Amino acid sequence: MVETLYSLMGGQGPVLYLAAIVLSILAIILPLLIGVAFAVYFDRKVWAAVQMRRGPNVVGPWGLLQSFADGLKLFLKETIIPSGSNKVIFILAPMITFTLALISWAVIPFESRMALADLNVGILYILAISSLGVYGIIMSGWASNSRYAFLGGLRSAAQMVSYEVSIGFVLVCVLMKVGSLNMTDIVEAQQGYIWNWHFIPFLPVFVIFFISALAETNRPPFDLPEAEAELVAGYQVEYSSMAFALFFLGEYANILLMSIVMALLFFGGWYAPLPGLEFIPGTIWLLLKMVFFFWCFAMVKAFVPRYRYDQLMRLGWKVFLPLSLFLVVFYAGILVAFDLLPTSG
Amino acid sequence: MSVIVQAAKSLILKEFLAAFWLTTKYFFRPKVTINYPYEKGPLSPRFRGEHALRRYPNGEERCIACKLCEAICPAQAITIEAEPRDDGSRRTTRYDIDMTKCIYCGFCQEACPVDAIVEGPNFEFAAETREELMYDKNKLLANGERWEREIAANIAADAPYR
Repeated sequence: MVETLYSLMGGQGPVLYLAAIVLSILAIILPLLIGVAFAVYFDRKVWAAVQMRRGPNVVGPWGLLQSFADGLKLFLKETIIPSGSNKVIFILAPMITFTLALISWAVIPFESRMALADLNVGILYILAISSLGVYGIIMSGWASNSRYAFLGGLRSAAQMVSYEVSIGFVLVCVLMKVGSLNMTDIVEAQQGYIWNWHFIPFLPVFVIFFISALAETNRPPFDLPEAEAELVAGYQVEYSSMAFALFFLGEYANILLMSIVMALLFFGGWYAPLPGLEFIPGTIWLLLKMVFFFWCFAMVKAFVPRYRYDQLMRLGWKVFLPLSLFLVVFYAGILVAFDLLPTSG
Repeated sequence: MSVIVQAAKSLILKEFLAAFWLTTKYFFRPKVTINYPYEKGPLSPRFRGEHALRRYPNGEERCIACKLCEAICPAQAITIEAEPRDDGSRRTTRYDIDMTKCIYCGFCQEACPVDAIVEGPNFEFAAETREELMYDKNKLLANGERWEREIAANIAADAPYR
């Protein structure tokens, strides 16, 4: 992506190369942030539809500008920093959350090799960044110097660590079949139509990944770090104004990231589902799949009750961990027994 | 055995999928809410909203300052002062309702012998200050003029049942 832009701009000098990098970053981040605003709107519309309500419909046509109005409102509010808080960490935490939510998108390919950084360890990079994501929440929970925020931070730490383990094992299953950690390679291993995609051979793996992704992004039924009913809003209870907005944007950017990762890993990325549908560009297909998974996330929020904390831990350690371990052995066994292991790399 | 069945059911996410299917069905159902500020729900003729003081068709005030409404008001929101007018008829010089005290029980309109004080169909009289909710006689008479058609229609519609 950067190289293409660089050669388009003339391809001379380090300054131009730097400009190409910055432009590519902006080309990803600006649509992403606008997409996040619409994702919040879409989320609210989905819950409203499930409850047979109308949802936001006043600001702009069909309420489309609601998120921008909310953002403007947050922007104009006063930033309150509690006097008992650790100020540096308190301000740093939302920045970390927001930045980490954005930098994962560097390795997401929007078309074959169309990633900002076409890393050969792309999926590992995403795992690493999403593990770091917990720091923003722990720091905000601790620095707020409030009981609710502290409990939310503690819960979040334990929860994200638990589910990362099963996400890791789940990814190993897919990676064994593909033989590469590069995101583009993973998608290209699914070349073809809907019956070639990974979700058919890896259905149980996909289900575990989907549920773990819910836990990873602190979405219901695993939204214990926020738990409005008991912890008010958990780790973000002391935040206001733009600091809160950064948490919010980061959360939704993470959900979109998980949606697009699911589309890439299991649902053939930019490939059209059926023959004859190739006239729609691959990027549009990828975004459509992402929107579908985001819709699933929103639907899940609409119908599940929140887990109790011990149930959450039980599910993570006593169900998903053994299950995903078993699946790793199972898929490895199948791949070895039928000689399906990838030859290259 | 039942443990195994239960485990199998939870492993294939039976309830989760059932819930997903159910909510997807609800997702496509028509909305039950109305688009409030642009669309309004039906109101009963007995609806007890904002108060109004009515006049006779010839323009004379109905209120005869009997103070029955003031007496019956459980929230003591009504204050009336009265003295004889120049033509000798008894009329109010002051008729105040503290809308912040009113509980909209409708006793005042039930007590009124001349249908002067009524609770109209208007419920959209929110104000930005407390003072705006201290209604005086002028405000109530103005309400009466504004809502007379609706109030008269409601009284006529409810008449057969009382």
